This record gives sequence, structure tokens and C-alpha cells, in this order.
Amino acid sequence: MAKTQVSFNLNGQDVDVLVEPRELLIHVLREQLQLTGSHIGCETSHCGACTVDVNGQSIKSCTMLAIQAQGATVMTVEGLAAGGELHPLQQAFMDEHGLQCGFCTPGMLVRGYRFLQENPNPSEEEIRSGMAGNLCRCTGYQNIIKSIQTAAAALNADTGSQAE
Amino acid sequence: MERQEQLQGIGCSRKRKEDPRFIQGKGLYVDDVKLPGMLCGEVVRSPFAHAKIVSINKEKALALPGVHAVITAEDLKPLGLHWMPTLAGDTQAVLADEKVCFQMQEVAMVIADDRYIAADAAELVEVEYEQLPALVDPHKAMDADAPIIREDLVGKDEAGQGKRTHNNHIFTWDVGDKDATDRAFESAEVTVREDILNPRVHPSPMETCGCVASFDKVNGSLTVHITSQAPHIVRTVVTLLSGIPESKVRIISPDIGGGFGNKVGIYPGYVCAIVSSIVLGRPVKWIESRIENISTTAFARDYHGVGELAADKDGRITALRFHALADHGAFNAHAQPTKWPAGLFSICTGSYDIPVAYARVDGVYTNKAPGGVAYRCSFRVTEAVYLIERMIDVLAQKLDIDKAEIRRRNFIQADQFPYQSALGWEYDSGNYAPALEKVLEACDYEGLRKEQTEKRANGELMGIGLCTFTEIVGAGPSKACDVLGVGMFDSCEIRVHPTGSAIARMGTITQGQGHETTYAQIIATELGLSSDDIQIEEGDTDTAPYGLGTYGSRSTPVGGAATAMAARTIRAKAQKIAAHLLEVSPEDIEWDVDRFHVKGNPDAVKTMKEVAWAAYNNVPEGMEMGLESVNYYDPPNFTYPFGIYLCVVDIDRHTGETSIRRFYALDDCGNRINPMIIEGQIHGGLNEAFAVAMGQLISFDEEGNLQGNTLMDYFIPTFVETPHWETDYTVTPSPHHPLGAKGVAESPHVGGIPCFSNAVVDAFAHKGVTHVDMPHTAFNVWKTIHELGLDS
Repeated sequence: MAKTQVSFNLNGQDVDVLVEPRELLIHVLREQLQLTGSHIGCETSHCGACTVDVNGQSIKSCTMLAIQAQGATVMTVEGLAAGGELHPLQQAFMDEHGLQCGFCTPGMLVRGYRFLQENPNPSEEEIRSGMAGNLCRCTGYQNIIKSIQTAAAALNADTGSQAE
Repeated sequence: MERQEQLQGIGCSRKRKEDPRFIQGKGLYVDDVKLPGMLCGEVVRSPFAHAKIVSINKEKALALPGVHAVITAEDLKPLGLHWMPTLAGDTQAVLADEKVCFQMQEVAMVIADDRYIAADAAELVEVEYEQLPALVDPHKAMDADAPIIREDLVGKDEAGQGKRTHNNHIFTWDVGDKDATDRAFESAEVTVREDILNPRVHPSPMETCGCVASFDKVNGSLTVHITSQAPHIVRTVVTLLSGIPESKVRIISPDIGGGFGNKVGIYPGYVCAIVSSIVLGRPVKWIESRIENISTTAFARDYHGVGELAADKDGRITALRFHALADHGAFNAHAQPTKWPAGLFSICTGSYDIPVAYARVDGVYTNKAPGGVAYRCSFRVTEAVYLIERMIDVLAQKLDIDKAEIRRRNFIQADQFPYQSALGWEYDSGNYAPALEKVLEACDYEGLRKEQTEKRANGELMGIGLCTFTEIVGAGPSKACDVLGVGMFDSCEIRVHPTGSAIARMGTITQGQGHETTYAQIIATELGLSSDDIQIEEGDTDTAPYGLGTYGSRSTPVGGAATAMAARTIRAKAQKIAAHLLEVSPEDIEWDVDRFHVKGNPDAVKTMKEVAWAAYNNVPEGMEMGLESVNYYDPPNFTYPFGIYLCVVDIDRHTGETSIRRFYALDDCGNRINPMIIEGQIHGGLNEAFAVAMGQLISFDEEGNLQGNTLMDYFIPTFVETPHWETDYTVTPSPHHPLGAKGVAESPHVGGIPCFSNAVVDAFAHKGVTHVDMPHTAFNVWKTIHELGLDS
């Protein structure tokens, strides 16, 4: 099948890939670009293990074609830590035992990252509804909620200190 | 004290050592494995539940550029690999041999350059079927005119589990004193009986099953990365099937994205990928989709039970009689210790002192996917606990005794341990009564009952569920338990390096339980080395000692015990080295957290780190150098964790929606290694219990068509439905475990399911309802409401 060149920004770097028009973004990220952090859990957009951030929105990359990423800014879990420092969300997941088998974790983190920008001070109810597109079978969600609350507090403290 | 804390050993909630790679997307799961020249496999599956295969035409598929092979049963026959043994003594078709016996059964595998081409080619394989009548209802399996599912077994009076009496009969298993039980029922003051279903469900871990098989034609060696909860058993089975010696078979379970029983068995996709790699001489990857996962690999439950209790008028149980019709699907691929066709179902006397009991399970074939596995439980323990915990509520309602009070009257008392159950188990330890009182007080049980009475007067539906369960986990003593003849021991090998760090390898395999952390904590405490400096490795059969794997909550009871024992052997040797260094006899040396000192002289000290260095250059005469040990631990008994759970529900009498107001879980798993991890395991198990009780169901129409096999239809609770969990604990150590620990991660699933059901049924108890089958979806609950006329 004829291939098309697609260019986008991935975790801060410009990338060009040759893809078939039918190829899914998740497959291109995992197999061509070797970023295997994002996972495939259901192929039907229900589980969220494949969640990546595209142009400031949480996207389930198992149901987006790679060619739709032309010109886009894409971030995966591999792009969360900056300059060797864990993102406060990553730190909070570790501190609050927000993960077990780790399979859903990259999607949770990427969704959590966007969610906290949409709502920097969420209540538990808001976290439950804002994160509902990501499934986890291990944690019963409670410690993920705690992780997001902890990260929110850390991010807000950071913002506060920067403002001063 | 400070030195103790620095070790971060047993009892501390240290952060997990495995987390840094997972939070940075650096885990290595099977689908992340990419080998040079790797091909992809895609399975062609049956659209029918029961049909003859008239013909298979591969031509169009093979003509597609990028397709390397299409394999069918005909291709596997010359190798003797078209059928394979199951863990339950039956055989299972690897690829359908002349007929298909369940919808989505494996008919062929296409091997192609990539997953897209493989999927295209699978569509091009033309299979002509002649449909046969399907058998879906297990209650009709043994009818005289029932369709025969397994032609391969016609005329055979056994299918690996004892005598069978019908073409669709697999086994009959029973335990207990039937005559004495029958007599107790005849003379009982009160009896109760209820039909109780554990419906067919699926564990559905977030990662589906898959493998990458890579055969090296030059060396004749096979490496398989596989989603397995039991890699060493996989290696043995691969050797038995392929004839490749175990020394040239390397099975690697890398990071596993949840198991919950789904990854115990050996599936046709694995076998096809391995055969394809051997034939083509290239690595072959097979990863199932979610639809394939839910449809084919390892359902759980499908136990159609009948519970009966006999009691005196005060509610003291005098006898128990349980029966279950077990639907195992088209092949008996039950995950079990080989000699236990109904698993550990005989734990069904629960936490109660029941003098006489009898249990019987009949297994039958139907035109459904093969199984069943233990979905976050020890083999059939969920089914057993569900029956007793529902039945004791039924008895309470019949006698109008409070549901907490009837439990108090029947509990095994603390001074009865070790307790011999009527069905043959020796419970190691327990202390149920005080734990129940703790939960009742924490939740203000009296207040809740009062509130319920008031609500009922207003026509509102509120239910209070109790569950006071005992589990049996940690298979197990090898005299009782084996898998295909291999005893169910487990193992640990520890090597202490000269500068005082260590590596340890186990026969178990973590799938999220946090073994890399908890085993390191055990070694830290036993050896006085920081858990930060102890590396844990599992899952690679080339490096780890043989073990039976992780399922049935056996890691801490068996692998954890092996770890403690291996560490103790090292410490005993270290003590001799320390004595040598301090120039005293070993009896004059005392252990103190992380060091040895001379008795009566705390200043004459050698730390474990100093001893480790000496082990490589200055040991007593005649002693081998080095500081390492391996232990294969064969447990003397199972462990019997218990829990007391309470759930409060409010039900909308117009919509049938059930809201979980409160769920309080007290667990007793003996001594606790990492409380943070235990709490996480409890949360997760409760959520899986919630899923099963409130929504999960694998259902079929009359033709055997699966009604819903995506996450659109199959219920996985999201953040929104999932309730808030409250946890609590007591500690009753296991007397036989080296650390006094018991298994824990399955208790919340096993105990949670009946607790939810008991709460829902309790909401209708005042209307005479004694039982309603799961799942308690809004529609099902509404049906109960509507039948009772409560919505008008």
C-alpha cells in the first residue's frame, strides 16, 4: 500500500514518518518510533491505555489515524519528565501507590496531565468524572485519585511560588 | 530503631521499587518486544458455536504479498500438535480438528510481515462450515438427546478426572460424609435451600494475552516472551509438546499487565506462534485483541449451585450440603492443581463450625469457550465462599435472626485452631469474633439497622450486607497439590555480593503485586541489608529457580516463605563467618538488626556488609567461599486468611440503580509485609468484586453466539461507578509460615462479591426475597422491584 509522509512534533522534537493511510497512531508511535509507553488495551476507545496528548487534548491513539497527526503537537508519557526531573504527577503516582501492574499508567498520567490543566483544583467527584475514560483493573482507582490530588497540590504550590 | 528503619524491611510502607520504569513508560510488556525479522500471527476464528468444518481454502490468503504461511490442524497433525493437554487432564484442539465447538474457536493462524497484512489475510481464509445444533444450557448437557460436543471422547468413560457417564459429562467429584449429612438434614429443626448462580465472567486484565516466539535454527533453541503467570510450567509443557530439551527452551514473562487468572493457562495462539517460529525460523508475535481475549482465553465461574443448610431453631448450623453443576465449556481447561477437578471448593464450610457436610460438583461440556480459571481467587474459592455466605443469610432470614448474630453463633472460636473442617481442611489460625465486633462498631451496625427500619417504613430500599469469610490460599503442600505432576513448591535464590548488595530470583512472577518491593523487604529484614540494595528478578526460566508461579495468592505463602528460608541459610553462614572474624565460637554471637556482636560485648561487632566482604576473602577453614543460597519451599499447609466486610447500599425504587453508600473491609492476612501494598491490593480486589457482583456477565443466545465481547458491553467499572473503599485489619499470624504471613490479594474479591449480593438482597429481605442472582445491574434490580410492585 502506498505510504504517505507525516510530520509532527513528538515530545518536543520534530519527526517524519512514512505511514500507510490506514495505520493507527498508536501503532506508529509504538512500532516505528519505538515509544512503547503507550499501550493497547481494547482497540475500541474504552480503556484509555493508549491515551496521548494531541494539540492540547487527550486522544485515544488506537482510534486516530497517524496521518491525522500531520502538523500536530503530540506528547506521550515519555515526554512528561522534563530535564531529568519527574513531572509532579509521576512523583505523586509513585508516592501514593497509584499504580500496580503499570499497564494503564502511561495513559492515566497523560490524561491526568491534561485534566489538571483543564481543572487545576479538582474535587474527588471532578477527578472521577474527568478521568472516567481511563480504565484500571488493579488499583480500584482510590490511590490514583489521591495521586492526582497530591499532584494538583504540588503543581499549585509551584505555580504559587513562581507567581511570588 | 534507626538502623531498623534504614533497612526498609518487613512492616514498612516503603515506595515500590518497580514504579520508576512504569511511570516513565519504560516497562517491558510482551507487545513491546520487537525482534529482528519478526512476523505477526493472526487467528482465523469460527463464527459458529458448533459446526463441522467442510473445507478450508488458504489460496487467496497465501497469494497476498507479505503472507508467509497459513497453518491449520492439517498442518499441525504430522507434528502431533493439533491437540494439546490442558491443566485439567483433558485435551484441547490447538486448531479446530474437523469441527468447531465454540464461537471464536481457533481455526487457522495466518503469519505475515505485519499485523495489518495478517489481519487482511485472515479475512481471506475461506472456511466452509456445516452448522450443528449448539448446546448452551449446562442443565441440558446430560439430556439423552443432547448434541455430542466432543466426538474425540465418544466411547471413553473418562476425560482425565475420573469416571464419566454421558458424552457431555466430564467428571463428578464429591467430598464429605454424605450419609451422615443426609441424616442430619432429615432430623433438622430447620432447613433452607436455594439455587445460587456464579455466572460466567472474564478476568480481563488491561493487557491481553500474547507471546513472541523465537526459534534459533542454528542452536536448536527456543525463546518465548509470554504473558504467563507460570513461566516454568510453560517451559515444561513446551518441552513435553515439542521435544526440545528444557535446557534449550527459555520462557520469559517480562512485565505482565495484570493477570487475575487469565494468564495461567496455555492457549492455542501461543502454540501456533511457537510452531510457526520453528517452521519458518523467524520470530513470530501473536497478541490477542480484547475481543479475542473476552471470547476465548479463560472465562471464570459458570457454577450453577444449590446450597442447603440444616440448623437448630437458634440458628446453629448442623449440616451443609452443596452441589454445583460446573460448565467448563467445550474443553476442560480448568486451571487447577491437577488432582482437584473442583479446585478447593471444599472450603465451602467457611468460617463456621459445621459438624457434618457434603459437597459435590459435576462438570459438563457445552458449546462455549474452555475454562474456567480462578479469577482473582484460589481455585473455586469464590464459588464456595459465595454459596456459604449467601446461604447463612438465607438461614438468618428464615429464622428471623439478625445476620451478624447468626454469624456469631456459628463462628469457629479462637481456641479451636488449628481447626479440622468437616470437609478435610486444617485451618491454621483465625480469630473471627473480635474482628466482626470491630467492624460492626466502626460502622455503627445497630444504627444502620435502625435507619433501615425507618427507611422501610417510608418505602425506601436500603440494604446492609455482611460477609465473614475464610479463604484457603497458597497452594500448596506438594503431597496434595501438583500441576501435571510437578509439586506446588516455590523457590528463591539469593546471592549476596561482596559489597553487601544482593540479587534474588524467584519461581513466582509479579503482575502488579509488587514482588520487587516486598521480597526485597523480606530479605532486608532477614539479612540486615537495605531493601534499596536488593534486586529482585522473576520470570526468566534461564535465570530463576524452578517455581510454580503466581496465582491463588501463593506468592507470599510459598515464595515469601522460600525467600525467608533462603535468607536464613545465608544468615546462619554469615554468623559463622562473623564468629571467625571476631575470634569467638558461633554460639557466642548474637544478631542485632544488621550486624552480629559478641554476647555481652556490644562493641565487638561485624555488620552484615563486613561479613559479606569477608565471605569472598576470609572464611573459616573448610568453609566454601561466597554468600548465597537457594530454597525450594514445600509448605506444610495452606494459609487461611479471613475478612469481615460490610456494605451499605441504597436502591432507587424507580430505576433499580444501586448506590454503594459504604464499603468497609477488614482483612486479616497474618503478619503484614508492606501495608501500603496490601491496602492497594485490597482496593483492587474489591473493585473486581464490585465488577462481578454488579455488572459482569458473559452471556450467550440459544445458538451459542456470545452477546457482547468488547469493553462496550462487558462491564469494567470506571472511576465513576467505583465506590470509595474503607480498609481495616487485624493480625492473626499463620503458625506454620516462617514470617507468620498469609496470602491477601484475592480476599477482597472472594469476600467482596457475596458482601455486595448480601447487601442487595438485604434491601428486599422484608419483602420475603431470599436470593437474586448476580449481576445486580440496574435492570435486574428493577425487575425485582417491579415484580414486588415496589415501584408503583
